[in-house]
Amino acid sequence: MIKKLTFLNPNKENLNLYLFLGSAFFVLGILDVILNSSFEVNITFFLPRILNFFTPLFFGFLGLHLIRIELSGIKALDSLNKNINSNWVNAVLTLLVIFILIKIIPGLLNWLFFDANFIGSTKEECTGSGACWIFINVWIKRLVYGLYPNSEIWRINLAFILLIGTVISAFFVRPKIKKYIIIFLLFAFPFIAISLISGGNFGLVWVETNAWGGLSLTFIISIFALLFCFPIGMFLALGRRSSLPVIRYSSIGFIEFWRGVPLITVLFMASVMFPMFLPSGTFIDKLIRVVIAITLFEAAYMAEVIRGGLQALPRGQYDAGKSLGMGYWRMHLLVILPQALKLVIPGVANTFLALVKDTPLILVVGLLELVGMIDMAKTNPKWLGLAAEGYVFAGLVFWIICYSMSRYSQSLEKKYKTDR
Amino acid sequence: MSENIIQMKDVNKWFGDFQVLKDINLEVGLKQKIVVCGPSGSGKSTLIRCINRLEEHQKGKIIVDGFELSEDTKNIEKIRAEVGMVFQQFNLFPHLSILDNCSLAPIWVKKTPKKKAEEIALKQLEKVQIIDQAKKFPGQLSGGQQQRAAIARALCMEPKIMLFDEPTSALDPEMIKEVLDAMVNLAKGGMTMIVVTHEMGFAKEVADEVIFMDEGMIVEKAPTKEFFANPKSDRTKLFLSQIL
Amino acid sequence: MKIKNLNFGLGNFLSDSAKFKNYLPQLLTLFVIIFIIGFFAFNAQTNMENRGIVFGFGFLAQEASFDIQFSLIDYDGSHSYARAYLVGLLNTILVASIGIFFATILGVVVGISRLSPNYLIAKFAAVYIEIFRNIPLLLQIFFWYFAALRALPLPKEAISFFDISYLTVKGWYIPRFIWTNFSILFYSLIAAIVAIIFIYTYAKKQQEETGKRIPTLIISTILIILLPLLTFLLGGVSLSFEYPTLIKQSPTIFNFTGGVGIIPELMALALALSLYTATFIAECVRAGIMGVSKGQKEAAASIGLTPGQVLKLVIMPQALRIIIPPTTNQYLNLTKNSSLAAAIAYPDIVLVFAGTAMMQTGRAIEIVSITMLTYLSLSIVISMFMNWYNKKIAIKEK
Repeated sequence: MIKKLTFLNPNKENLNLYLFLGSAFFVLGILDVILNSSFEVNITFFLPRILNFFTPLFFGFLGLHLIRIELSGIKALDSLNKNINSNWVNAVLTLLVIFILIKIIPGLLNWLFFDANFIGSTKEECTGSGACWIFINVWIKRLVYGLYPNSEIWRINLAFILLIGTVISAFFVRPKIKKYIIIFLLFAFPFIAISLISGGNFGLVWVETNAWGGLSLTFIISIFALLFCFPIGMFLALGRRSSLPVIRYSSIGFIEFWRGVPLITVLFMASVMFPMFLPSGTFIDKLIRVVIAITLFEAAYMAEVIRGGLQALPRGQYDAGKSLGMGYWRMHLLVILPQALKLVIPGVANTFLALVKDTPLILVVGLLELVGMIDMAKTNPKWLGLAAEGYVFAGLVFWIICYSMSRYSQSLEKKYKTDR
Repeated sequence: MSENIIQMKDVNKWFGDFQVLKDINLEVGLKQKIVVCGPSGSGKSTLIRCINRLEEHQKGKIIVDGFELSEDTKNIEKIRAEVGMVFQQFNLFPHLSILDNCSLAPIWVKKTPKKKAEEIALKQLEKVQIIDQAKKFPGQLSGGQQQRAAIARALCMEPKIMLFDEPTSALDPEMIKEVLDAMVNLAKGGMTMIVVTHEMGFAKEVADEVIFMDEGMIVEKAPTKEFFANPKSDRTKLFLSQIL
Repeated sequence: MKIKNLNFGLGNFLSDSAKFKNYLPQLLTLFVIIFIIGFFAFNAQTNMENRGIVFGFGFLAQEASFDIQFSLIDYDGSHSYARAYLVGLLNTILVASIGIFFATILGVVVGISRLSPNYLIAKFAAVYIEIFRNIPLLLQIFFWYFAALRALPLPKEAISFFDISYLTVKGWYIPRFIWTNFSILFYSLIAAIVAIIFIYTYAKKQQEETGKRIPTLIISTILIILLPLLTFLLGGVSLSFEYPTLIKQSPTIFNFTGGVGIIPELMALALALSLYTATFIAECVRAGIMGVSKGQKEAAASIGLTPGQVLKLVIMPQALRIIIPPTTNQYLNLTKNSSLAAAIAYPDIVLVFAGTAMMQTGRAIEIVSITMLTYLSLSIVISMFMNWYNKKIAIKEK
């Protein structure tokens, strides 16, 4: 039908006319939405409600239709048309996306920045209609360090500086020393960090694990679980591929058990059920139990990821290793694992990411990491009603951490891909 | 020669800014065998892919079996049913058996009953000598067998023209012969063929005309004997000296 | 003589290093496992004896004496713990099904959009995925529950949809369907489905024999609409609605009665689960579509298949093989993630059984075991189905 109305069909001859008309209609449609959402002005107020709602779409669609000129010769127009305007479906979708953005973005920016309050010390100073960032400002110490006593916070900072320093130095030393650094990280550092943070020795005040919290707790748990779930997962993966039936089936059972149950039930098990399995009178700190549970949980997923890499390696590698006289362990250490691990970088990174995203769950067993602390802060009588600010802040923090990790793993993947 | 079944007039094609076909003029008569050769990047694959509109030309005219290639999709599907294509990477459908690969198009495009479609398929598979592999799956066949199956698949639509895009370039040397033999048989049976290849032995045996392309242009076009005996352009001479 | 033989046999065993290598690690592992299990079991028994708790599942028949806020079946405090477990299980299945449904639709749309040549749409989809994938699910649930849904109006100023459905901070009230003779409608649907199966089989046979194709899709659509419709006209089936109405419970408190109230906990959970899981499904779909090599599309086009036929006969079968296994994994993840309901008090199986019931009876071991077993069984069933499916459709290779 539309084709019959030939004057509506753009063509190259009257290029400029169609271009002008089309752009005009398109801009009109966009203007309508902008005026409507940001300024509450309705330029088509005379139309009944339903038609009114659709006029911007109609204008925009008409505009895009008129500028959809094939092979116009103007490069910019052609690539624009091919991209967002190749047919009417595409045009409608483009318009919808633009309209949604126009409706959301100004309001979002207002709430986040322009109408928000940043400076102050009480809730009453949040007079704007935007976010009350004073809330975060005031609580930031608690959100990062939990209920750890203020005077001892330097100990947590020291532990992290030690960790980061060690890791960074690992990049700059010769491979021979690198081995020792990794051994130090795996075996010595955990003990150093724990005694530093919990204290009780060397004249440091003892801080019970219940007081640990906030973002620092998120990092502590993530790093510990990260460090240990990898080697455990590796052993499980090797065990699952073993030809010895007892080892094989116990590995399978172990892996499938942890993968089949939700993390929340595992945490309940660790905090409520597990004490029943210990000899009466012994007491293992709740945090330790929880970290062990999370580590074993993630180790099972890590095992499956590593197993995928082991499987993907061509049989020829195993054959070559065996024919050179290498035993099981030597072959795996020198030939198989280095290659398999390169293959599974994305999967390992994913599991690490999932681990970081799983840490908030510990709040159901009473350990207050970042999200838990925000829960506590928002129910404080002096700061009620600021849930949105709290969760947006936490969301931002997690997003930055997770996004950076996934970007880093992508770059790692690229780096190792070119090596092969 | 009989009336021309393919006509390409002043055909030009660009990939973005890069011009890949420059003023191509080509006429192919019924039952003619044409070999297209040239260095890589010369546009030879693009040329034949324009004929069944896997690529679109921006300027010029291409007329296949009386139909002009344009935006009209109904025409395009009609043309594709008349033009068969064999790819360098075989492109057999891995989830279907060889027999199903071949009978798929007759059943769904020509609406042939299944039994008859399978008969046609088996006949073509026999012609390329892999009828015993009919029930197997592409992943279970060697490269040479897969390519012959691909030829059979294209032939099941009973096309008037067969296009070959470097059909042996992805094969191990010992399998090239079996595919070339199948193609020679096809040629002897009277099929119109346009073959992009480096196999000059095949060209000498079967082709009526050889075309040399370089940088998007047809540099030289001559009947086979003359092409190899008396190449006119220096570029042709250079190319031939490198591959013969 | 005899002693010599005995030594000889033992010496043989110890020096046969292959057997040694095979059996020793296994024996060791077995010992360690048995030791650990024994250690735990012994301690558990002593501890329970000390506290006077007897291990057993008899408590399941006891009266639960706690209320559950939202239930699909009849339940009140006088029902047994076993029934409470059932209520929790059904609630878990409910939220998981809703989540899977919306996550799939959204995931497919976003996954395909990601591949669109339209820059705006592809970027929009990519941004959506990057945002919702990198924020913990628990945080998203909290955001929807404590921040977004709390901003909904009170019943007095409810957002109304055509005056038959109301969205408020206390829940989403929709009309309740009241059927008469629902069974007749149900049978008609079954009859329609059976007829459709017959039609498809017949059509396939027709195509094999004569090559002609019957418009099965149109016929099926007509059937599935027409037959149930007929039951309304002739079969005595009728549908009436109970609409939610606003009543004044006190000078300042208004509420809706009648109709069905979807509690905000369920809404927040379903929303978060769908938006989060959809990002992963979108990536699965994208990998599937990209995983089919370009040559397949070209080859299919070159033998004359229409774009619709290319999609249906060549692309989708191959793409689905790549898409379905990881997507089923995501469904499983979604079901397990629904256990986060405990954090916002949606009465799923974890909150009802491993939460309230466990606090009341103190039967930690039994209850946590049953809960874990429930999820484990679900995982195993789905895994077995996946393995069967993979074997069945595996593309055969050398």
